Amino acid sequence: MKRIYVNEKWCLGCHLCEYECAFANSGLTDMVRALKGKTIHPRIRVEDGEEIHFAVSCRHCKDALCVQSCISGALTKDESGMVRIDREKCVGCLTCVLVCPYGAIMPAPDGHAAQKCMLCTDNLCGEPNCVKHCPNNAIVYEER
Amino acid sequence: MKYVIIGNSAAGIAAAEEIRARDKEGEVVILSDEKYPVYGRPLISYYLLGATDRERMNYRSPDFYEKNNFSFRPGTRAEKIDAQAKEVLLSGGEKVKYDKLLVATGSRPFTPPIAGLEKVKKRFSFMTLDDALSLEKALAGKKKRVFILGAGLIGLKCLEGIADRANGVAVADMAGHILPSILDEAGAAVVQRTLGAHGAEFYLNDSVAEFEENAALLKSGKRVPFDVLVTAVGVRPNTELVKEAGGQVRRGIVIDDHMRTSLPDVYAAGDCTESRDIVSGEYRILALLPNARFQGRCAGADMAGGDEAFDTAFAMNAIGFFGTRVLTAGCYAGEEYTEAEGDTYKKLFIGDNVLNGFILVNESECAGIYTDLIRRRTPLSEVDFALLEKAPQLRAFSAKARAGMLAKEV
Ligand SMILES: Cc1cc2nc3c(=O)[nH]c(=O)nc-3n(C[C@H](O)[C@H](O)[C@H](O)COP(=O)(O)OP(=O)(O)OC[C@H]3O[C@@H](n4cnc5c(N)ncnc54)[C@H](O)[C@@H]3O)c2cc1C
Ligand code: SF4
Ligand code: SF4
Repeated sequence: MKRIYVNEKWCLGCHLCEYECAFANSGLTDMVRALKGKTIHPRIRVEDGEEIHFAVSCRHCKDALCVQSCISGALTKDESGMVRIDREKCVGCLTCVLVCPYGAIMPAPDGHAAQKCMLCTDNLCGEPNCVKHCPNNAIVYEER
Repeated sequence: MKYVIIGNSAAGIAAAEEIRARDKEGEVVILSDEKYPVYGRPLISYYLLGATDRERMNYRSPDFYEKNNFSFRPGTRAEKIDAQAKEVLLSGGEKVKYDKLLVATGSRPFTPPIAGLEKVKKRFSFMTLDDALSLEKALAGKKKRVFILGAGLIGLKCLEGIADRANGVAVADMAGHILPSILDEAGAAVVQRTLGAHGAEFYLNDSVAEFEENAALLKSGKRVPFDVLVTAVGVRPNTELVKEAGGQVRRGIVIDDHMRTSLPDVYAAGDCTESRDIVSGEYRILALLPNARFQGRCAGADMAGGDEAFDTAFAMNAIGFFGTRVLTAGCYAGEEYTEAEGDTYKKLFIGDNVLNGFILVNESECAGIYTDLIRRRTPLSEVDFALLEKAPQLRAFSAKARAGMLAKEV
């Protein structure tokens, strides 16, 4: 399946992907209205070191620890290989946060559920908005 | 090939799914002495809390058994295993033959004898959906006073579930602090404050000397009146079927890395078994849903002719109370690293070049990065542990290790 992959050397640490993620999942079509004055809760996170920067989002692991560990059955792997979360079923126990080796699933801002990257299939974008707007191809969406 | 699975919960279902993934034709019989399709057992407290409902508690879709061609037998108890004849005797007298059998019978509540316990009419355990439904009924109408015996994971999840619909909840435990199996005193204090704010009263370092129908007389001399009693002192693994069939049982059913018991073609998985804890090296019962799933899946694979092993068992708990988050993993041995501020608390336990365990209270972010260090027994000399101590983060790994995580399929 196509996944998001990181080209660490090219990441500028601009954090634009975080904003694009928050915007894509805001349900709004106007970026200013979606983000202005708000704390964002993106599903991708950029780590900054002294000389390195890179973005981390769900790896859609082949054998996903989160799917096996979820206590409610909210996390599943679909036919394409994508790991999905059913926010209605999720009870926010954070077992998935405890097991994800990459820190790629996190509490949703309402505190009652977890959230994770679903490659923008769950919003209006249809394809990863973070990748689309990365100015330096530091994240790509492809088969590997 | 005919597979019989005793227990329709985390371990049993994981096995059934794995069998079906590998063997499209085989007959799979799933026995359950409960009457419901598989539900998330840990969700019973969330049900009482109103955070989920009966429909969303279903762990799989309504057509799950049919779609997978599983022959599901709810309300059917396995009474006896005949390992020579390779058959299981069911409640009602029917006998079912198997080629491969999985025992995934979980555990049951255990309460030590206490004087007067039988006088308490409104008395409940908290292990099953039926328990939750009975408790719900008992709490309906005028608000009741509840007494919970046991301040462990199950007792306190029950407390969270009912606190706001009860007229006060009292909890007693012999231990000096709550959640003694997963928290130290400082971590427990944070959680206890949260629970206290929801009206919970604690009687710690104490226990019940005697029950009256509507009161507990504590060893300390205190008398605590109640309308409803919940006992959550401990659990016992359901090992009898295997033991009586001649299989090896210690505290739990003894299995190898392929989930095989000492009986031919009989496997076991989940809360009824003992796992080898990779951190302590000891055999112990790890009554945790992820562990039950991993074991069940491994058993299913091997029952269907595969050759999988599961050998990375260790303790881990994610548990929350009214927004206070507790994440723990591993064993609490080694050098300690502590950070505490207000309602956040963090403690790492560092062994000989490995992370042995951690306690995180209200510090959930990226916790799985720590958990993975435990799971892989990653040599800490390979990472920048000074960075990791401050926060779990991937930049503490080498560029090469990170490329393996983020630039290729995992
Ligand atoms: C209130 C509560 C909260 C929990 N919270 C968490 C949590 O947050 N995270 C976590 O990881 N774990 C949690 N757990 C533990 C978790 O539920 C268990 O680890 C998990 O369910 C184990 O799965 P299992 O398949 O081994 O056994 P079980 O879920 O116990 O299922 C065994 C099944 O087998 C049936 N059975 C037993 N004997 C027979 C027989 N002879 N014939 C037919 N059927 C039989 C039983 O009735 C039961 O339905 C919680 C448990 C409880 C009770
Ligand atoms: S959330 Fe984590 S464990 Fe789950 S699929 Fe994504 S990267 Fe893998
Ligand atoms: S927080 Fe939600 S998705 Fe994560 S393990 Fe718990 S129920 Fe499953």
